[in-house]
Formats: sequence, C-alpha cells, structure tokens
Amino acid sequence: MALDAGPAIHSRRPHGRCRRLGVPASGNTLARLSLRSTPLREKHVELGAKLVDFAGWEMPVQYEGIREEHSAVRTHAGMFDVSHMGEVEVEGPGALAFLQRLLSNDVAAIGLGGAQYSCLCNEEGGVLDDLFTYRLGGDRYLIVTNSANHEADLAWLGRWSRQFSDVAVRDVADRYAMLAVQGPHARGILSRALGLELPPRMRVARGRVGDRPALICGTGYTGEDGVELLIDPEVAPPIWAELLDAGVVPCGLGARDTLRLEVCFHLHGNDLTPERNPIEAGLGWCCKEETGFVGAEAVAQARREGPAEQLAPFKIEGAGIPRQGNSVLADGEEVGVVTSGTFSPSLEIGIGMAYVRTDLAEPGSEVEIDVRGKRRPARIASRPLYRKEK
Amino acid sequence: MPDASYPDDLLYHDQHDWARLEGDEHAVFGITWYAQDSLGEVVFYDPPEVGATIVKDASYAEVESVKAVSDVIAPMSGEIVEVNDALEDTPEKINEDPYGEGWLVKVKLTAPEERGALLGADEYRKMLEKA
Repeated sequence: MALDAGPAIHSRRPHGRCRRLGVPASGNTLARLSLRSTPLREKHVELGAKLVDFAGWEMPVQYEGIREEHSAVRTHAGMFDVSHMGEVEVEGPGALAFLQRLLSNDVAAIGLGGAQYSCLCNEEGGVLDDLFTYRLGGDRYLIVTNSANHEADLAWLGRWSRQFSDVAVRDVADRYAMLAVQGPHARGILSRALGLELPPRMRVARGRVGDRPALICGTGYTGEDGVELLIDPEVAPPIWAELLDAGVVPCGLGARDTLRLEVCFHLHGNDLTPERNPIEAGLGWCCKEETGFVGAEAVAQARREGPAEQLAPFKIEGAGIPRQGNSVLADGEEVGVVTSGTFSPSLEIGIGMAYVRTDLAEPGSEVEIDVRGKRRPARIASRPLYRKEK
Repeated sequence: MPDASYPDDLLYHDQHDWARLEGDEHAVFGITWYAQDSLGEVVFYDPPEVGATIVKDASYAEVESVKAVSDVIAPMSGEIVEVNDALEDTPEKINEDPYGEGWLVKVKLTAPEERGALLGADEYRKMLEKA
C-alpha cells in the first residue's frame, strides 16, 4: 500500500490524486505551526475530523465520511466551515465604476441586497478568480474570494483602484467566519434554531447571529438550497454547537468537492486558471463585455471566434474514477485533459469535467479517459451531472 | 468502521499491507487498518489478473477512495492465484473488515524466504506510533 496522503508516506504519482485535498496536517508540528486555522478548529478536532492543509489553511476534509456527509446535504442539512474564504470590502462613490471595470458581470445590475457571480480577469481574459459580490449599501460591496487567491486578488484590486480617486478597497477577511449551511432542510432548521429571517436565493440580508452583526447570504456551492453565514469569528464556535444540536451534519471539504462537481460548479485552480478564458470555461453568461471590464476585449474575441476547447462535464461508463490531469482521448488521439474528477456519491460512478476539443464538447460525445494507463469509456454529458428527482 | 487492530497472526509490510501465510507456499494479502483509515471510504478496487506475477515492494493493484487513489504494494513475490471478486460490488468491505472479507488476493509464493523481511504485529504497531 502506498498511500498518497499521510506523514512519512511518499507519493508515487505525479497525477491521479485529489491534489486540493492535500496531506494531513496533524502529523507534523512544524507544518502545523505555519498553517492558519479557523475559529472552529477545536470543534473539528472534538468531532474527530481529518484535518488537511488546504491552501495554507488547516481544514477538515471529512468527519464521519464523505459519502455520509454528501448524502446529508442532498437529503437533509449539512454545514461547512469555509472561514478560509476571503472577504474584500469595496466602498465609496467610485465603487460601482471601479467594480464595473474589474468584474466581468454587469455590476450595475446588482440591486441593494443583491448578489452576483462573476470572473476577475487579467488583460488577456484569463480567469484570476471567480467570485460572489454582494451589495451591502448604496456604494458598499463585499466580495468573497477563494482563499488561495485572496492575497493576489487584493493586490490586483488595490493596483487598479489607484486609477479611481474615490474608492477604498479593504481586506476584511479577519472580520468574518464563514459557515455554509446547505440542504433541503437547511433553511427550516436555521430559522428555527437561530430565529433568523433568511433572504431568498441570490440575496443578502443583514441580521444578528450570536447577538453580533452578521450577513446572511442566499448562496452556496452544493446545488442545494441553503445559505452562507458571514459571522463574527468569536461567536462561530457557539453557533456551530447550536446548529449541531439542531441536527445539522458537519461536512468537510471532501463532500464540498463531490457536491459541487455533481452540479458542475467550477473550482478555481482546477477548472478555471489564468490560462483559460471564461468562454472556454462555459462562463460566457457572466461576462458582459459592453461594460468594458479588464479583459473584455480578449473575452469578446474568444466569444466571436469560438474557443478551440471547451470545458465539458462527463460520466465514466463502467468502472474507473477520473482524476485531475488524466488525458481525454478520442479515436486514440489526445483531445483534452481532466481538470476535476471524482467518484459521485449520488450517481455511484466516476464523473468529472475536462477541457476537450470543441467538436467533442457536445453532450453524447463518446470519449475515453486515460486513468493511469487504463482507457475508461466515458460520455460527455449535459449540466448538471446530478439533478434532483422531483 | 471497526476500531484499530493489527492481528498477531499476520505479517506486515511497512507500506501498510498484510500477508497471511497459508502453508509454506501460499499467502493471502490485504491492506491494514491504518491504510484503509488513511484512505477513507474505498469505492473502487482494481485487482490484478489471475496468473499475473507480482514482485515484493512493487505495486500490484489499486484501491480508490472518494478523494484519492493508492497503489497496493506486494509484501512478498509470487503469482496471483485468486482475486477477491466480491470487492467489485462491495469495495467497502476493505474498510469494514480489512483482514477478513476485505482480503485482496491469494498468491502462490515464489520466494517464501521473503517473510523474514516482514514485520510482526508489534513491530508494525511501533512503526505506526513513531510515524
């Protein structure tokens, strides 16, 4: 047995493991000292979570098991500590003009208390990050960043903000713990247990959680209904305990990954990178080139000319679990690469997303995935890969 | 999931595999409690072919959990005489019963003296404590 994860165990493979899940962080004291931890670390340890290094953060990858946690979110309610996510506040009379210049979507369309998904692009149209923006006030916005990109996003926003005289960009990541509560029963349990008024989907509301000001966002990353709570780090542990008592199942990053991949949500670093533009990634819908955002010209050109490759979801037909880095083949020829791959707990087959030649990116196309030397038949599918039975 | 255990009647390889000797020439192989615990819920077992030759310290099969794939290392050299076909439908047996229903292969040993290089249960436990 050569485990890809674990202290004092070496990896034998350049590809094939889920890189983002990292190595256990608990074995090595020196490594742990350099990792950041969330206010809920003690709670995770109490629950017997497996902690791993995720983008420099010590995070729970699973508690009881990924399949159980996955199923809890699909059928009941689960909660994720996502306090590693970053927050940036953008405020001032120039905030709208500034964000319209930086974000790919039409920021002017976000009403008070609204939420919007968009890409942050470089001049070449490459995706630096994908983010949610919430409008908290007339000229006050909050952006939630991916933890691995937070510092770079801040630097990028800071650099461009100098061209605008009346906007302030503030790193407010330390101000918030973030808790995603997701699943068909998430809203019911939350409003009962915490006495909260919850905003509808894609809206944000101010409220009080643990008697401190909080933001309640009708968003998520699982394909289920639910909310994301941005709360005071000090009240995170008692709130976590309260939700646990109310029957919400603690879920780790392992289940977060299987849940998001079943519904084809992108993961930056895997499916989105600065080398790929939003058109290839299937995110043309959140790019409004007429707003003149940084990278708009490149994105417009990519849209006009049509991409050579496109991100497409696929299902393995039969045995085999695809992993990031696997080649995609058609007629024995390499036609693409897997950017995310896993075992789908809901469908009980291998699933993934891959950049493939555009003529093969249509649902129904037959391809093969080279899973460590074994060619596994697969079929390009439509989004989402998993759809709830009505 | 059962509690950690390392039966005294097995021999252990430091890459977290076990061997149960059956007479002088045959053995059953599997992965240890520690291995299945580190891996998490096993969802796929890719066995070798019956008749395949396997070499001590080299990979002969793969087990995958939701999040990771791992090589399975041969604790001794030999020829595969049987694989545990039941694991195709119930790979979770590797987690639930790693030394029983979760066995992986039966092997005709080509170098039975290799047993001398394997660890006893106590030695293996000590190795895990140090890790």
